[in-house]
Amino acid sequence: MDTQHLVWGITLIGIGIIAAAFLYVVARSGMPLEYASVQKKAYGIRRWFFWTLVLLGIGTAYGTLVEFPIPDQRGSSAGARVVDAVGKQWSWELSANQFTAGVPVEFRVTSSDVNHGFGIYDPNGRLIAQTQAMPGFTNHLVHTFTQPGKYRVLCLEYCGLVHHNMVAEFEVLAAPQGGKS
Amino acid sequence: MSALHQPAETLPRRERIVLNLYAITGLVVLVLMMLGGVAMRMAQGTWIELPPDLFYQIMTAHGAAMVGIAGLTSSAVMWYFLRQYVRLSTGIFLANYVLFMIGAVLILGSIFALQYGGGWTFLYPLPVKSNGMWSVHAAAGFMLGFLLIGVGFVLFYLDATLAILRVYGNLGRALGLQWLFGGAIDKSHPPTVVASAMVIIVNGLGTLCGAVVLVLCLVNAYVPAFELNALLAKNMTYFFGHVFINATIYMGVIAVYELLPRYSGRPWGVSRPFLWAWAASTVMVLIVYPHHLLMDFVMPSWILVMGQIISFTNGMPVLVVTAYGALTNVHRSGMRWSMPAKLLLLSMFGWAAGVIPAIIDGIISVNRVMHNTLWVPGHFHFYLLLGLWAMLFGFMYHLIRTRADEPDSAVDRLGFLAYLVGGLGFSGMLLMAGRASVPRRWAVHLPEWVPYAQASSLAAILVVLATIVFAVRIISGLLRAPDVGTAH
Repeated sequence: MDTQHLVWGITLIGIGIIAAAFLYVVARSGMPLEYASVQKKAYGIRRWFFWTLVLLGIGTAYGTLVEFPIPDQRGSSAGARVVDAVGKQWSWELSANQFTAGVPVEFRVTSSDVNHGFGIYDPNGRLIAQTQAMPGFTNHLVHTFTQPGKYRVLCLEYCGLVHHNMVAEFEVLAAPQGGKS
Repeated sequence: MSALHQPAETLPRRERIVLNLYAITGLVVLVLMMLGGVAMRMAQGTWIELPPDLFYQIMTAHGAAMVGIAGLTSSAVMWYFLRQYVRLSTGIFLANYVLFMIGAVLILGSIFALQYGGGWTFLYPLPVKSNGMWSVHAAAGFMLGFLLIGVGFVLFYLDATLAILRVYGNLGRALGLQWLFGGAIDKSHPPTVVASAMVIIVNGLGTLCGAVVLVLCLVNAYVPAFELNALLAKNMTYFFGHVFINATIYMGVIAVYELLPRYSGRPWGVSRPFLWAWAASTVMVLIVYPHHLLMDFVMPSWILVMGQIISFTNGMPVLVVTAYGALTNVHRSGMRWSMPAKLLLLSMFGWAAGVIPAIIDGIISVNRVMHNTLWVPGHFHFYLLLGLWAMLFGFMYHLIRTRADEPDSAVDRLGFLAYLVGGLGFSGMLLMAGRASVPRRWAVHLPEWVPYAQASSLAAILVVLATIVFAVRIISGLLRAPDVGTAH
């Protein structure tokens, strides 16, 4: 399952639980009970709710940050193919447009005018990685492509009246037989 | 059981007129900008044709006006309730409105007369680097308009600060910090004062920061040699934007604290968890903004980690204290379900549920594939439509009611249902489009994205129809004053 579908599922579950709690309370609102007893029970449950969220937060933070998801910005990634990517109103300049599946590619992304967003879409039209392209700064985005095919780079930061035309293409070739896959 | 309207809420004629100006302006602009939003989604859905330049101009106006009137209308909530506890200046409140309107004229003139289309976030250096699409004067007019609006809000917050200081001595005591670690809490300490103190602190800083970056951008517009650091400007802009839009909800929720108990018949006072929640929120709202910069890899790593972690913890006071507190207040209360009560409880659902996709998007590895897709407008439309605006509609419906058990008209009931269904559908379709990687702020959509735009257009039309019903009912009620309702 890709990240987008996982996130969608978690969101639906979270919103669903909250909706169920509200519907339950609304349904029972017409059956009055002394407030003190409602509070006593509710505050007991709240303690559990609070600590559950704390544990969930710690677990999520650990699970998603223990391996820091952003590459080291101070130098080149070992063994990566380095590609310069420059955004300008309204096109991308890539120093290479053909890569090999299984070989890490390090995009050095910057801009020569305004802020742009360097979003990589796979052959199925799914966003798989992105970083910002900013004037005066270079962001290093490292990605290892696994699926051969035509990829597109879409601008994901609003950059003016022709923003939606700021698209580039590159190709990922299958790994040679006996190489990485 | 408390009365529906407190004697202290009875407004003299001048105050009533100013409050009506805020409410009516908010509603009219809301409907107009919603129509702009529908037009954009229909254009993306290929049902109507909008030239891209006009699309981006509408997008700029939609963002600027929606953020602006959210701030304006929710500040009316804060003013209306806070003035019961401290002495606020009606003149300053009116000055805020006047500055807002002058700023709005400048902004709309820059957009529709001078073709400014740089987005409401005026992200440096786009306003002055349009590639020949609009002039520097257009950008300057837009930014000057924002600056004037900011000055108005700062005046309002300064007046509220002085008024609170006169009664409570300092903002810390107004926040209830003296009771965080012990001592007998004064149960009569108003939640309104706690929330107002928090808003003054965070949005005072946020608005000032926005003003500074606007002034720097204005100088750069006419003295190009005076260049800004793009990363610093982005940090300042998102700090301002994040704090400002969040402050609207923290002002709006005052209506929930004040009014929900009047319909449930149960008190909702301060407690130690309540005070901790607001104290923690004061800090967290100020330091959570880096979650907008998670894809700026050159940012120091510790700031991005903080952005992710605080995104999660910042949602906890909303879920554990405010929304949970509202549910506790309503549970088995014999609630009187008239329009204000329904809308106020809906607002708690909208806020609590809307933070879920927001928190998830604040995870760096998720943000990598969701940032700047329609997932983002999906979550903020969720908690602004079903959260903030439900609070504000609930407040305004309350103003025109005379009895808690006053029956709702069939039109109101239908409007509520349409708003709920339309709001869920519209936000849900944006989230679904985000799941499908559809980028935000694109005037032209690829064929595979069009069905999402079409479905959300239908839901958006439902929302607009419901909002028109609310607006007509509320405005006619407000204009009937002072014969209707002691609140007037």
